[in-house]
Amino acid sequence: MSGDGQLKLQAPKSRQSPRQSRRIRLQGIRKQALETGRNRLLVTGVVFTLAFLVIAGRLVSIMTFEQSGEPHAVRSAPSRMNVAVRADIVDRNGVSLATSLPIASLYANPSEVSNKEEAADKLSRILPELKRSEVLAKLKSRGGFTWLRRNLSPKKQYEVNRLGIPGLAFKRGERRVYPQGEAAAHVLGFTDVDGQGISGLEKQFDEMLSSGETLRLSIDLRIQDMLRQELTETMDEFNAIGAAGVVLDVDTGEALAMVSLPDFDPNVPEKSRGGKRFNRVTKGVYEMGSTFKLFTVAMALDSGVATLNDGYDASKPLHIARFTISDFHSKNRWLSVPEILVYSSNVGAALMALDVGATVQQDYLGRLGLLSPALIELPEVGSPLTPSVWRKINTMTISYGHGIAVSPLQMAGATAALVNGGIRRPLSLLKHQGLEAPEGERVLSVATSEQMRGLMRLVVTDGTGKNADAEGYRVGGKTGTADKQAGGKYDDKALISSFIAAFPMNDPRYVVLAMLDEPKGTKETFNYATGGWVAAPMVGRVITRMGSLLGLMPQLAAVSAEAKDRRLETY
Amino acid sequence: MSIMARTDTSLVSQWWWTVDRWMLASLAAIAAIGAVLILAASPAVAERIGYDSFYFVHRQFIFLALAFVLVFGVSLLSTRDIRRLAIVCYGAAIALMALTLYIGVESNGAARWIRLGVFSLQPSEFAKPGFVVLAAWMFTERRLDERFPGYAVATVLFALLTSLLLLQPDVGMAIVVSAVWGVQFFLAGLPLVLVMAIALVFLGGAVGAYFAFDHVQTRIDRFLDPSGGEGYQVTRALEAFHEGGLVGRGPGEGQVKLVLPDAHADFILAVAGEEFGLIASLIIVALFAFVVLRGFVRVLKNDDLFILLAVAGLMAQFGFQAIINMASTINLIPPKGMTLPLISYGGSSALATAISMGMALALTRDRPGQVGTR
Repeated sequence: MSGDGQLKLQAPKSRQSPRQSRRIRLQGIRKQALETGRNRLLVTGVVFTLAFLVIAGRLVSIMTFEQSGEPHAVRSAPSRMNVAVRADIVDRNGVSLATSLPIASLYANPSEVSNKEEAADKLSRILPELKRSEVLAKLKSRGGFTWLRRNLSPKKQYEVNRLGIPGLAFKRGERRVYPQGEAAAHVLGFTDVDGQGISGLEKQFDEMLSSGETLRLSIDLRIQDMLRQELTETMDEFNAIGAAGVVLDVDTGEALAMVSLPDFDPNVPEKSRGGKRFNRVTKGVYEMGSTFKLFTVAMALDSGVATLNDGYDASKPLHIARFTISDFHSKNRWLSVPEILVYSSNVGAALMALDVGATVQQDYLGRLGLLSPALIELPEVGSPLTPSVWRKINTMTISYGHGIAVSPLQMAGATAALVNGGIRRPLSLLKHQGLEAPEGERVLSVATSEQMRGLMRLVVTDGTGKNADAEGYRVGGKTGTADKQAGGKYDDKALISSFIAAFPMNDPRYVVLAMLDEPKGTKETFNYATGGWVAAPMVGRVITRMGSLLGLMPQLAAVSAEAKDRRLETY
Repeated sequence: MSIMARTDTSLVSQWWWTVDRWMLASLAAIAAIGAVLILAASPAVAERIGYDSFYFVHRQFIFLALAFVLVFGVSLLSTRDIRRLAIVCYGAAIALMALTLYIGVESNGAARWIRLGVFSLQPSEFAKPGFVVLAAWMFTERRLDERFPGYAVATVLFALLTSLLLLQPDVGMAIVVSAVWGVQFFLAGLPLVLVMAIALVFLGGAVGAYFAFDHVQTRIDRFLDPSGGEGYQVTRALEAFHEGGLVGRGPGEGQVKLVLPDAHADFILAVAGEEFGLIASLIIVALFAFVVLRGFVRVLKNDDLFILLAVAGLMAQFGFQAIINMASTINLIPPKGMTLPLISYGGSSALATAISMGMALALTRDRPGQVGTR
């Protein structure tokens, strides 16, 4: 295009009047301007044509070809990718303990909601748990994304969809559901809102579960429920602040039940903070008291320091350093080794431990798994508290379960090794596969284990554990009652009362442990809150009910009476 | 065409034989398509916001009838009358726009409307044809007589209009007005250096708008980064086009109108694409292109610089608006609140477009007495 504005037509100088010359000049300028205008109009026309062609081409491309790269594909892709379902957790019989349900979570893109007032009205009507003012505030926020309500049921999702409010959308997800509620809360743990396991087995096996592999537990829901029920009743009866219970298979190391009270509903973990989530069975460590005498006697017998026929002078309290060791059920005489257990003599046990010696004691306790955290598939495992320097006084107090704190699960695991023939096996919450018992480590001779069975049975038939004698199941066990430490002092009003049992004692299959935290005595127990009064009767009931649940026929009357007589003769 | 004889010298008959019947026919076709689409798209929107199903249909049909009367009436005017009409249009609209800033009805964050009983008037729509004709007039006077301050006057008119538009704010309309003014200046023989300079100023203005207006910024950001997950209307519109395919889902079968708040207005082309398909959509694009190019061709042979500049400006304005609307619906450019002339719902837009087209038809009538003389 020419630089037209500058061009001036030279008007002829002569023979024309000024007026004529101006008119001709005007004519020339007009022609020039028109010419420029026309040329440039052509250019403009071409540009417009191109623009319309681009639009037509774009229309053809989006309406006839697959729109792989379109924004809407980007939008919807993540929600479809997010449907891998977290696997179920089932009990040993296949009963569902945890499963995942598909749910939708409602969110809004506030800038796309045209009528915010109306949208807030309608939403708060359909979802009454949402406050209209809060919804409105969220819809008026400037951000591009805001959650309105997580975890909508399909019905609610349908209703919200039917409102047809633009700018609302759903994110598909899944929600973890625990059909058995509190039943196995501490074992299962729970997941966070994003479906990631944050405690219990959900955390331990998070990867496996999210990759879709079902988890089959060793837990038997029937026994779990029953144990929980008995523990709850006992806890209420004795006004205890907590309780723990566990049932182990002595041959496989599987836990058939594991209950910690108080517990929580893993479906709504946010409603129970702190204490209720604490797993007393695995995470809590306690001075267990007299139940430890089982280990003292076992190591004395196994190491050959004492025999069943030996005895110790328990006639008077022991004074050592600034401590005094005395007996609760004092007989004020020499006691045989079985009697030390049956009457639960602290003095006898302490003297026996001195014979065994600190090194051997540590060795046995270590091999029984009492000096290191329990081996179990839970993230919540407590470390035992043991003396930093193992003095003589420690050896003596540890012999009857003071000055050492272990978890109830460690206690049950060690007891299983005492009665199963002397082999300590790793404990497990997963169902044991295969027929062979898992590899274990021998900690006691078969003979010692046999002797321990007899002694434990004796405690129930003749000693502090009489209340646990479930008829026909040949229960053996040991009571434990420990004063809780508070501020460096022992408080004889705050007790840890427990009973550890195994049955049937002629060929033990199960270990049952019950522990009550700070039980208070009642009129029926003559204000006693000791293991023998509080935990032993409950363990007896649990064993009777286990027998019927697992189809173990009770060996009644004649047979058991015979066995009892024979043992009395022996010991 | 036996209805009217060539020899008939009545007003209507003379009009019929001198008017650009091709352009008239394509405008009528566009309006007819608009009527069908408003029937398809608006009941869903009306029901959603609680109006009678045919609320928008009834109103748009009245607007279209009025528009045709206007097109006819304005196209009867002489060139001189068109200039007078332009002065009235521009003057009245500027006054009303100034008034809008005080008594305007605010909607979606912009004060653009004045309530007149059952009808909301958007004065800026009417300012556009007036401005285009006045600017053409001023450019022409300046071209023919360098002593006349035509460029200055046109620039003042432009500045006045765009500043009022930006105060509302209506950035989209300001861009259209600027582009039209630029095209007219270009056609009027602006030196190329200045053409470049003005292009740079426009670019600067666009960048300035990005930083000065929040809503402009969000829209452009979203356009540049669709993964942000926003741009709901555009996304739905694209899905609608895709659903439509070659021949569409069929009249009334569309889904996009159920979810798009602006299905009857800015995004009406998406409804057309979904229900009537690619072929119908291309016909609509072709009709708009035809009107614009027909107008250009019509004045290419005209000897009157004013007519050339005015008609080219009117057509450019019509074309820009159509292109911006279509391009944002199909996500070629950031979304811009812009109606599709004669198709989108909207009274002010329809009537102002009628005035524009009426003016163009009036100016492009065959004037045997004028052409080729002097």
